[in-house]
Amino acid sequence: MSMQHAERTASAAVRAGFLSEATARRIETAILPLAALLAGMIAFSIFLAFLGKPPLDFYLLVYKAGFGTAFSWTNTLARAAPLLLAALCVALPARLGLVIIGGEGAIVLGGVAAGAVATLMPGLPGPAGILLMALAGALVGGLWIGGVGALRHLRGVNETIASLLMAYVAIALMNHLVEGLLRDPASLNKPSTAPLPAAWRIGEIPGLGVHWGLAVGILGCILSWVLIERTTWGFAARIVGGNLRAARIQGLPAGRLVIGFTALGGAFAGLAGMFEVAAVHGSANASLAAGYGYTGILIAFLARHNGLAIVPAAILLAGLEASSGLIQRRMALPDATVLVLEGMVFIAILLSDTFQDRLKFLSFLERRQK
Amino acid sequence: MSEDIGLWGVPLAILGGAIRVSTPFIFVSTGECLTERSGRINLGLEGTLVFGAMSGYAVAYHTGSPWLGTLAAAFAGLLFGLLHGVLCSLPRVNDIAIGIALMIFGTGLAFFFGKPYVQPVAPHLPAIPLGFWSPLPQVQAALNVNVLFLAGIALAFATAWMLKNTRIGLTIRVAGDSADAARALGIDVNRVRLWSTAAGGALAGIGGAYLSLYYPGSWNEGISSGQGLMAVALVIFARWNPVNCLYASLLFGGAGALGPALQSVGITSGYYLFYAAPYVLTLGFLVATSSRTRALPSAPGELSIIK
Repeated sequence: MSMQHAERTASAAVRAGFLSEATARRIETAILPLAALLAGMIAFSIFLAFLGKPPLDFYLLVYKAGFGTAFSWTNTLARAAPLLLAALCVALPARLGLVIIGGEGAIVLGGVAAGAVATLMPGLPGPAGILLMALAGALVGGLWIGGVGALRHLRGVNETIASLLMAYVAIALMNHLVEGLLRDPASLNKPSTAPLPAAWRIGEIPGLGVHWGLAVGILGCILSWVLIERTTWGFAARIVGGNLRAARIQGLPAGRLVIGFTALGGAFAGLAGMFEVAAVHGSANASLAAGYGYTGILIAFLARHNGLAIVPAAILLAGLEASSGLIQRRMALPDATVLVLEGMVFIAILLSDTFQDRLKFLSFLERRQK
Repeated sequence: MSEDIGLWGVPLAILGGAIRVSTPFIFVSTGECLTERSGRINLGLEGTLVFGAMSGYAVAYHTGSPWLGTLAAAFAGLLFGLLHGVLCSLPRVNDIAIGIALMIFGTGLAFFFGKPYVQPVAPHLPAIPLGFWSPLPQVQAALNVNVLFLAGIALAFATAWMLKNTRIGLTIRVAGDSADAARALGIDVNRVRLWSTAAGGALAGIGGAYLSLYYPGSWNEGISSGQGLMAVALVIFARWNPVNCLYASLLFGGAGALGPALQSVGITSGYYLFYAAPYVLTLGFLVATSSRTRALPSAPGELSIIK
């Protein structure tokens, strides 16, 4: 958008004494994803109605199981914790124009790294163990996704395909380690690493009943927002994402930004895996590949890769996924029902891009002035 | 008779595996090749593959005909391709992101409708016993060739010929290399891409039907683990040439058969690592064939992944 245009719009808005261009834009940015969410839900309602299932019952059950009681809120927020961090693994690189969809791999390996630390040095006191697990998880996750960024920058390898391929490799690596080197001989039915020492387990936030991963996730979202919107690094990243050639001409270190932001996203995803091990499962095993990385993609797109918007989006999706069990029992629908709804919402979100800057009712003031 | 052929079993099993495992790769990568030559990338083929596997299995179960199942899978794939094509025709809609959404949507729909078909047994696609001349059961097993494998070979050559020698092929290539040039020639770029994506989707659907109706030959939620995505990566490695796609598919089939082949002779320790071999191989090829500084040779000029 040219400066002249911005000035003209701004003065028009001032004369009208109403919306400024920036406000109008902000409203549009908020309205579009919400409208897309609604459109996806309506499309899904039609789908359900065709199958003879009452859509209203479905959404009431989602509300009841996800947000209806204190207990369901606890459940939803516990699920939101890894989703917040998984979404950051998509949102941070997205600001540089990279589409990373293999966060699942970093989650899985971050969890394995935490389990490995507990297996190798179980004698450490609790706080040191937790710190070490967090560092290991973040480091492995950061290297994994940062590696995708490095391949992109150094070799021009497509990051979307590479990251998803690496997610499959990560899951195979986890199975190999958990069933081999790191296996606790006592875990018979479900191969796992040795159970964490009791002092290493991460507890709950007092009064909330949800583990500390939620606080770290929300903190991560806030810090990411500050990083992107309020620092020079974030500004440089947004320029690289907008126009790589212009960024290079400006002398911005595109390569360091690409590798740094992908590594940071991967570190968040690795932390998600570490919290799953240290706060939920108590050891690393195949439960780590629970699909949080894939839900994180939808959350990031729903939040338009804005760190602060990820928080409500993640809680919404967490509540939806938490209600899956009740929906299966009450409505006799398969567990993939939630996946179908997520697919429809995802398509609607992407479709809403086509309406960006074209919402007529927001620019009516400007037009009237002409 | 059960003659022990010892370690010879490994290359034989890899050959047999290459023939059995490669078929879905051939169909998906040839289809994706067609789509990418028109200037769009469809990452959603993973979802199409899974939905094709489910719909093919379901229709084959109800009608008793695996061929009707394959046809239904192709039709379902066509619809997914059309959906991708229509959505991407809208301004500012990103084809890669739509592909990811369709991956989730297609997989979700397949699991949703496929639940009742996990238990029932559907009739299989027929195979031709080309190993009849050998007394060894291992050779016979390796050379038991499915009809779709042969059809896939023919398809790859036919697609290459079509792209090179026909008016349709030229139209697709122009749309893929320069949308401006295509428009100057009066070609409706969006329509060309729509139908190229639809055709690619239909082929991916057939690939899915092969999975559920021949090898592994049953429907379950773990039927595809990234084959659709690997096939997309394979197109880059194959330099957007359908015949190269065929060769690359055979190579990948062999890599995929490595784990089970070694297992059959008693090497089981690194099972999961061998399972990861095709993914690592794909990644290795992507790294080797990509370049930061120059555009990839013979890449369609309009393709978003190489810009």
